[in-house]
Amino acid sequence: MASYRIQNGGAIDRARPVKFRFDGKSYTGFDGDTLASALMANGVSLLGRSFKYHRPRGLVTLGSAEPNALAEIGEGARREANVQMTMVELHDGLIAQSQNRFPSLRFDLMSVNQLFSKFLVAGFYYKSFMWPSAFWEPVYEKIIRRAAGLGRAAEGPDSDHYEHRHIHCDVLVIGAGLAGISAAQTAAAAGSRVLMLEEHAWLGGVSAYDDDPVDFTAQLDGRDDLQILRRTTALGIYDHNVVLALERSGDHLGEIADGHPRQRLWIIRPKQIVVAAGALERPITFDNNDKPGVMLSSAARGLANRFAVAAGKDVVILAADDTAYEVAADLHAKGIKISAIADMRDQIPSFARAQIPENIRVIEAAQPIKALGRTCVRGLRLKHAGSVENVKCDAILLAGGYNPNVHLLSHAGSAPVWKEEIHAFVPADTSGPIWAAGACRGIFDASACRVDGEVAGANAAMAAGFPFGVKSLGPVLESRATLDRLHVSGKGKAFVDFQNDVTEFDVRLAAQEGYQSVEHLKRYTTLGMATDQGKTSSVNGLSVLADALGKDISDVGTTRFRPPYTPTAIGAFAGHARGRDFQPIRKTAFHHCHEDLGAVFVEVGQWLRPRYYPQAGEDIFSAIKREAKAVRTSVGVCDVSTLGKIELFGPDAAKFLNRLYINNWMKLAVGKARYGVMLREDGCLLDDGTTSRLAEDHFFMTCTTANAARVLAHMDYASQILFPEMDVGFCSATEQWCGLALAGPNSRKVLGGLFQDLDVSDEAFPFMGVRETEFDGMPARIFRISFSGELAYEINTHWGCAAALWEKLQAAGQSFGLTPYGSEALGVLRIEKGHVAGSEIDGRTTAKDVGLGGMMAKKDCIGKAMAMRPGMVDEKRPALIGLKPVNRADRLRGGAHFVSPHDVGVSKPVQSLGWVSSVADSPNLGHWIGLGFIEGGQSRIGERAMCVYPLKDEAVEVEICNPCFFDPDGERLRG
Amino acid sequence: MHQINCPWCGPRDENEFSYQGDANCRIATQSKAPEEIEDLLYFRPNPKGLHKEYWHHVSGCRQYIIVERHTLTHEIRSARLARSPQNQEQS
Amino acid sequence: MKYSELSLLREGITGHKNWPRAWRDAQPKKRYDAIIIGGGGHGLATAYYLAREHSITNVAVLEKGWIGGGNVGRNTTIIRSNYMLPANTHFYDFSMKLWEQQERDLNFNTMVSQRGVLNLFHSDPQRDAFARRGNAMRLAGVDAELLDKEQVRQLAPRLDFENARFPIEGGLFQPRGGTVRHDAVAWGYARAADSRGVDIIQNCEVIDIIHEGGKAIGVSTSKGPIHADKIGIAVAGHTSQVAKMTGIRLPIETHVLQAFVTEGLKPFVDTVITFGAGHFYVSQSDKGGLVFGGDLDGYNSYAQRGGFPMMHHVMAAGVAMMPSLGRVRLLRQWGGVMDMTMDGSPIICKTDIGGLYLNGGWCYGGFKATPASGFCFAHTIAKDEPHALNAPFTIDRFRTGHLLDEKGVGPNPWIQ
Repeated sequence: MASYRIQNGGAIDRARPVKFRFDGKSYTGFDGDTLASALMANGVSLLGRSFKYHRPRGLVTLGSAEPNALAEIGEGARREANVQMTMVELHDGLIAQSQNRFPSLRFDLMSVNQLFSKFLVAGFYYKSFMWPSAFWEPVYEKIIRRAAGLGRAAEGPDSDHYEHRHIHCDVLVIGAGLAGISAAQTAAAAGSRVLMLEEHAWLGGVSAYDDDPVDFTAQLDGRDDLQILRRTTALGIYDHNVVLALERSGDHLGEIADGHPRQRLWIIRPKQIVVAAGALERPITFDNNDKPGVMLSSAARGLANRFAVAAGKDVVILAADDTAYEVAADLHAKGIKISAIADMRDQIPSFARAQIPENIRVIEAAQPIKALGRTCVRGLRLKHAGSVENVKCDAILLAGGYNPNVHLLSHAGSAPVWKEEIHAFVPADTSGPIWAAGACRGIFDASACRVDGEVAGANAAMAAGFPFGVKSLGPVLESRATLDRLHVSGKGKAFVDFQNDVTEFDVRLAAQEGYQSVEHLKRYTTLGMATDQGKTSSVNGLSVLADALGKDISDVGTTRFRPPYTPTAIGAFAGHARGRDFQPIRKTAFHHCHEDLGAVFVEVGQWLRPRYYPQAGEDIFSAIKREAKAVRTSVGVCDVSTLGKIELFGPDAAKFLNRLYINNWMKLAVGKARYGVMLREDGCLLDDGTTSRLAEDHFFMTCTTANAARVLAHMDYASQILFPEMDVGFCSATEQWCGLALAGPNSRKVLGGLFQDLDVSDEAFPFMGVRETEFDGMPARIFRISFSGELAYEINTHWGCAAALWEKLQAAGQSFGLTPYGSEALGVLRIEKGHVAGSEIDGRTTAKDVGLGGMMAKKDCIGKAMAMRPGMVDEKRPALIGLKPVNRADRLRGGAHFVSPHDVGVSKPVQSLGWVSSVADSPNLGHWIGLGFIEGGQSRIGERAMCVYPLKDEAVEVEICNPCFFDPDGERLRG
Repeated sequence: MHQINCPWCGPRDENEFSYQGDANCRIATQSKAPEEIEDLLYFRPNPKGLHKEYWHHVSGCRQYIIVERHTLTHEIRSARLARSPQNQEQS
Repeated sequence: MKYSELSLLREGITGHKNWPRAWRDAQPKKRYDAIIIGGGGHGLATAYYLAREHSITNVAVLEKGWIGGGNVGRNTTIIRSNYMLPANTHFYDFSMKLWEQQERDLNFNTMVSQRGVLNLFHSDPQRDAFARRGNAMRLAGVDAELLDKEQVRQLAPRLDFENARFPIEGGLFQPRGGTVRHDAVAWGYARAADSRGVDIIQNCEVIDIIHEGGKAIGVSTSKGPIHADKIGIAVAGHTSQVAKMTGIRLPIETHVLQAFVTEGLKPFVDTVITFGAGHFYVSQSDKGGLVFGGDLDGYNSYAQRGGFPMMHHVMAAGVAMMPSLGRVRLLRQWGGVMDMTMDGSPIICKTDIGGLYLNGGWCYGGFKATPASGFCFAHTIAKDEPHALNAPFTIDRFRTGHLLDEKGVGPNPWIQ
């Protein structure tokens, strides 16, 4: 294949050849090339296929707006799809693959779609595939989905890392082109801290595509007042002017060093922002304008000057803008033959013409008819002076004028406005805290951009608190004669959106059918929904729409711009929060003790709790039974450190608790604990737990593991907002006190062995008693409370003493067969006792629903009035009951429903009478038991009901009973 | 990403706070008429404009802050402690 | 012109010159039998069912901007009826049945794709909570399946079964759930309503609701006053604002919900999947983009854009659920404004003002509800009394305490 490499010049390092693979074939480029430039240099101009018609496509741009030249980069778990080849820096070992073609890029069977293109117009699918209706998913949609998408996603977990960095600065400059660099230098000179972002690896913006570009690196690098992030794209401007930017810190390296991220997401909080994002050249719409070889003139110029690659051997420039002549001059100087400049304008400014040698042919008032050639461009057919001519060429360069890059400037909310003088949309508001400078606000001349950048930089610095003489705007801007009508209607396919194959015809059809709002146009035709988000297509589409409606483009408006500015890997936003690091893990102080015993853990929120402790040969069910039985027959120990623990102090602490809980706290004696229930403001249950009085003005509250944070926030609210007059203070002590529950008939003996100075007799330390003592010289608290229904104690001591406590407790308990029990056995024991937990307090139930309505004292408390509303006390509300299978061998399941017996097994919808919230296979009763809610509640005790679980086609007859299955009189816990 | 100027801690990132809703909703006593409580609890003004709302500095000083914030632009007009005396007088 | 393969073929050959406007560019008349404020999915569906079910065709739909520009044009396209509370289960399943016949009803292919909705669970208590919901669905005659881990793996092999912080234990699956081409729903109802005589009036902003002696009689708009016997409000996202015109205060707050779409990829996510250990759900469109979202940003907002904290969480949850998403690239993010009621269930009812009807408070459920909402709202307007399906969706329930709290978080819509 012929080489298109220009012999001299360019910013490539010819001493460093780089080998890479594309579609399985080896090629060589140079250090400094992009994948796109290297392929073009190798004569590979067919780089992709379009979405709908699978038409052959080549390079259009040199930047991140590239719609056609997309590839899969990397392989397997590292494969990234739809990457713009123009943004891939060449490195050794690079592997790239073309996409959306079968079986190969050159021979794509799917291009058969073109034959049916007459029928595949905009919105055809809304009008078809409706008959027969049963065919949609299995037949039609299957075919459509086969054609969906461009590249393929990676197959496995992404093995690279992504990092987040937060940074503050006084002035953030987005874009290191001429305007951005001036702005940054000016703002830095004013004394502000400046951060500048540049999407490419090099500085200078489009000036880097000049034949002899300025070396800004020497001027700007290594300064203290100015930090530059290269390969960093500003993705969006968010609330309070936070800017997210992505640094592709590792993509250009063949190998990423250990511990280094592939990409880095910068979360930037600047005081002021200068957007100097430049402008993008726009294509011209005419028949076959999508063939490989048709590209933007700026791209051809950059290819020649920066990458030393000729876009063609023999080119035609199709011009609607003066910049065509600069391009022609540069290409000519590089030895590229220019067959003609076909200028669509009637009048060509003389200064433009003066830039090119006289021997280059200029065709005035030229009208393109179509690009010629089968796969690639072989010529341009055009009409001028009344006649049709085929001009031979292998590349057509489009100079359609420039669209200011208003994307980022629109994120903050204001829609861009049409500026007739330059035939382009410009940002509506560019005066702080988001300033705009240079081409992105429609100032194209290089020297004017520099001045504009200085003004923006000075303004931004001043607004950030760094006064600096504000300059006036420099020289008068050169006027440009840009043609506003960039579409030439023909008979074939004139593409507006290359990637999505939206043609001028499609736009006109949408307008004909009434899809006339820009948003309707976009959604009906998919114009602007490609991976470039309309950067190359939107304005041309709007121009066709305006023409079709007979309106001005300014009346048509734009669709809304949304972040990110360029497509960005999800992993970069996720950062390190993935896999096992998705959420932090909270471990109790006893964690390694459980590990030593081979505990199986379970996630409870962020906590890990021991679920059960299997012994050799035991499965989960037998382990749970053994543990639960041990508690009822001798003694067990359970880690309860995850319970929320809150210390309350102050003379009004009791009064405060009185408002939080539904029950009374004023008369609780020092050294006593009490069970309490609290409500949300709307009257539903919030949480329950035990609170102890350690002194007149000192309480210690416990709440459930799941609600600990919510309860503390609720208390903050109550004390700061509802009852600020109360003198009470509190703080979380969850991770200061570790806790163990010691439960079972032998628990007193074990406790006595552990705390030998403590009188543990029932008289001295009765049920609901609290004792403060010491363990290992550290404070310890012992509560005689019971969740299991057995004689039980909870021991709290300093978090750091956990290992010692565990060890000594094992020693004290050894002779009683002290058995560690996990959350499963704990669940079994509490269900046997009919205690409610998270499954019963599910955010919808009331105290009355769970049988605790009687605790509601006469006094006022949060949520009380709302809990009294008719709907909250309705007798029809399902209320808590216990249940057991009539056939004791039957199994119960949580999530089952109660139905009337004659509703079992019927096929029509039936009414649910309630549900089963918790179940356990009780080792102490020898059968399954459950807690549930049923209409009628306790009044149904003794009745039978059908308990169904349609998801498993199960139905079990149950007996409704008191929710407390075990020792209902509480003799054991008081014993 | 909001930045809230906590009266105790200074300007802090949104991540440190937990939103707690309309700051008109304040039901100190349950002895009010149920309709009045229902109005406060459910029938919120929901303005398109400045909104007085609670932000709980949950990863900071744990103070409730009353923030005046625009619900369209998200611009923050003011931030003060909910428990400060003038707020108590107002209500 | 009827849409069909035949008409497409004929027009294809003759250059598509004869396709008429999908709906007329109507200008307002002085008076209508009924006015619907809001040309979104619900408003257009209401107009359609008023015409089809109740033969009320002298109807105008007034739209401030372009039809379908609200939440029907800005959502994650999911339809499902996997609700737990009976009122919601029945209502949303009726909606599902209307979806299932939609392209025939409307002669417009809205691409209803019943590819299934899978809710992952990660613990036994979560399984039981899901089972309670799934069993409630089955008792109500709605399809639901409880899948174990292996069955989930069959359905979605790319989920993290190896290294998850919260291991997947199984899933609740509704096979009839799926996705719909959202914009097409607005266009399909608009075209079908238009063909029955309904006037669809775009760029017509309602400035005030005119009411006299406790009865609504018309609206003043940017195109002048328009009178009507009955006025329906269907402007979810801005319900509080429009209701305020008549002094009605509602149990609604407006919040922003973000959504995201990736670049087009060859299909690899075949069902709708929701994560059970974080806020993330995803489906893949027929164009190849992954459409995903999470939960509310968590503060009152009318801004149609989201912030980074929730975005970060959603992305992290996505990668946690499906680790190969790491290199999939986000194309676009946006925010929709949600009418969040104080119990998470909607409102379709009469108001205290005669002839004024309210449809709003859709929370996250608006899109999937579109057909049933239109059907029930049309019934409520035509008969001046609710249909049995929307009878529980009153404003009064917030006073009586007969709440429909599907999520169980009380009057705090921002709690996640």
